[in-house]
Amino acid sequence: MSEDASAAPRYLERADFDRLLEALAARGYTVIGPRVEGGAIVYDELSTSAELPIGWGDEQEGGHYRLRRRGDAALFGYNLGPSAWKRHLHAPRVKLLEAARDADGRLRFERVPAPQPRRAFLGVRACELAAIGVQDRVLVDGAHVDPHYAARRESLFLVAVNCGQAAATCFCTSMETGPRVQGGHDLALTELLDASRHGFLVEAGSDAGAALLEALPTRAADAADIAAAGAAVANAAAGQVRQMAQAGIRDALYDRLEHPRWDEVASRCLSCANCTMVCPTCFCTTVEDVTDLSGEHAERWRRWDSCFTLDFTHLHGGPARTSAKSRYRQWLTHKLAGWHDQFGESGCVGCGRCITWCPVGIDITEEVAALRALPDPSANGAS
Amino acid sequence: MSEAHSRPKLAVWKFASCDGCQLSLLDCEDELLAVAEAIEIANFPEASRAVVAGPYDLSLVEGSITTPHDAERIRDIRAQSKTLVTIGACATAGGIQALRNFADVEAFTRIVYARPEYIATLAESTAIADHVAVDFELRGCPISKTQLLEVISAFLAGRRPVTPAHSVCVECKLRGTVCVMVAQGTPCLGPATHAGCGAICPAYDRGCYGCFGPMETPNPAALDARWGELGADRARRERVYRTFNAGAPAFREAAARIAAADEEES
Repeated sequence: MSEDASAAPRYLERADFDRLLEALAARGYTVIGPRVEGGAIVYDELSTSAELPIGWGDEQEGGHYRLRRRGDAALFGYNLGPSAWKRHLHAPRVKLLEAARDADGRLRFERVPAPQPRRAFLGVRACELAAIGVQDRVLVDGAHVDPHYAARRESLFLVAVNCGQAAATCFCTSMETGPRVQGGHDLALTELLDASRHGFLVEAGSDAGAALLEALPTRAADAADIAAAGAAVANAAAGQVRQMAQAGIRDALYDRLEHPRWDEVASRCLSCANCTMVCPTCFCTTVEDVTDLSGEHAERWRRWDSCFTLDFTHLHGGPARTSAKSRYRQWLTHKLAGWHDQFGESGCVGCGRCITWCPVGIDITEEVAALRALPDPSANGAS
Repeated sequence: MSEAHSRPKLAVWKFASCDGCQLSLLDCEDELLAVAEAIEIANFPEASRAVVAGPYDLSLVEGSITTPHDAERIRDIRAQSKTLVTIGACATAGGIQALRNFADVEAFTRIVYARPEYIATLAESTAIADHVAVDFELRGCPISKTQLLEVISAFLAGRRPVTPAHSVCVECKLRGTVCVMVAQGTPCLGPATHAGCGAICPAYDRGCYGCFGPMETPNPAALDARWGELGADRARRERVYRTFNAGAPAFREAAARIAAADEEES
């Protein structure tokens, strides 16, 4: 980004918010943003601010989520819903190739081209931007680029929103991913809502963002706007009741592979895979081949998979991780320890989705704390 | 397409069942011609009275074993079948009629029949796999016709059918259905239930009923504790495991454990 793009923040009135949506549409972007659906906030296509979750907040705990009326008209007054942006970037199902027999009876393979939608994500939180960054490093930045993810990612315009409050399941401050947006965005909004006004502090994070911002009816943000935005983010940080200490976590987990806590958590774990489905960084997929009745046509599909399924480790003769203990341990240690070795960072961004959307409310922060509270009795020199 | 005489021969067999699963094959209206082109429907009384004698390349077996006669008949069918696939909850777990396994069948026959001495029945309704070797089990009450076509297509291609044994939760998440248990507090059997239906019930704001039976590694004890926290009483929690898949070991044990805990408390 050029120096100019980081120019002083602007202030956009709520009444002018639809100008932002119009400007995105005028530049050819399909806007995907938060909407109320099925009793939760989900990310779907929208065209006007009237479709946003106006006045909705939520209540979250382990295995518990309820939408709640806030008593105001905030556009972004909710916390994270069940569906991460990965649904739109790393799609649940992707057809990879088709095969058909030609007139001579020979098989012809055809790669299915990756669609390149031009989309803007609206309302991306700091932890979610961090999660997109984590998936970028796995799926684009490495030696093996996933063309389907890359195509969806390439023309993405990201409108981030700084959090003004935290859910009880949030722990982004521990993971140092939020609540303030730290980069990777095109625009960052902070909603300012009090008795005297309803508007947004808008900051550009890229040249594209700066250009779009110039087209909006804004004024220069004053000191009061900037202070109010700072207070909102501080409120989101102060409201976090969960933590997960990161210092030494990698070695602490590696030193506790036979810790009795794994058996204890396995007795509660359903192996249902919900945590991995809602996790914004979990990227694992499986490949399924299907043929039709005639045997003349075949398709290869990729779909989300989970380390909690038996097929995930199915090798010759059977699955390698047969116990719930081994599967939970795999997920947790890969996310929080192995990820450091593999990708140079944690695989957790502190969004808390795995806590809220676990049907029995297993809490990753609680499990890690319990593991670290005692050394592994079977290990030597456990830290 | 290959000549008619070289098509594999298909037979469809019925045991104690409602016929719903085998009718799924006739329900494949758009694909039925393709099925008939790919495979010779040699023995399927629901579709045709013309029966071609065995042996058969593929037998689809519906229903459970409830009589001594059927226990013999399934052995004969196995002997005539190169590949034997069981379809539906009756054939894979004993069906709703496996509720008899927890009751006194003789008492039932005395109430229902004027001349119970003519009734030759077994004390338990059991899955086909309890009697003969089964090559593949297709779950569901009823089965999904999409999955049935997949099983037949896989058989024809000599590959493993794509019918994942993970939880229904994965299907909810793939289709983007918000979890009814977490977001609405609706008790749902999805986390313990085998995928395959496409997660229909949660998409209509209802909890899963477990029609496809236990998933690969179910943990009904942990799920049951959560049902209790959500306000489901003992009777309901026991009953939910005593439906179409009551005879499936994981569900049978879950219901027994809940019932035993109930007796202990009262």
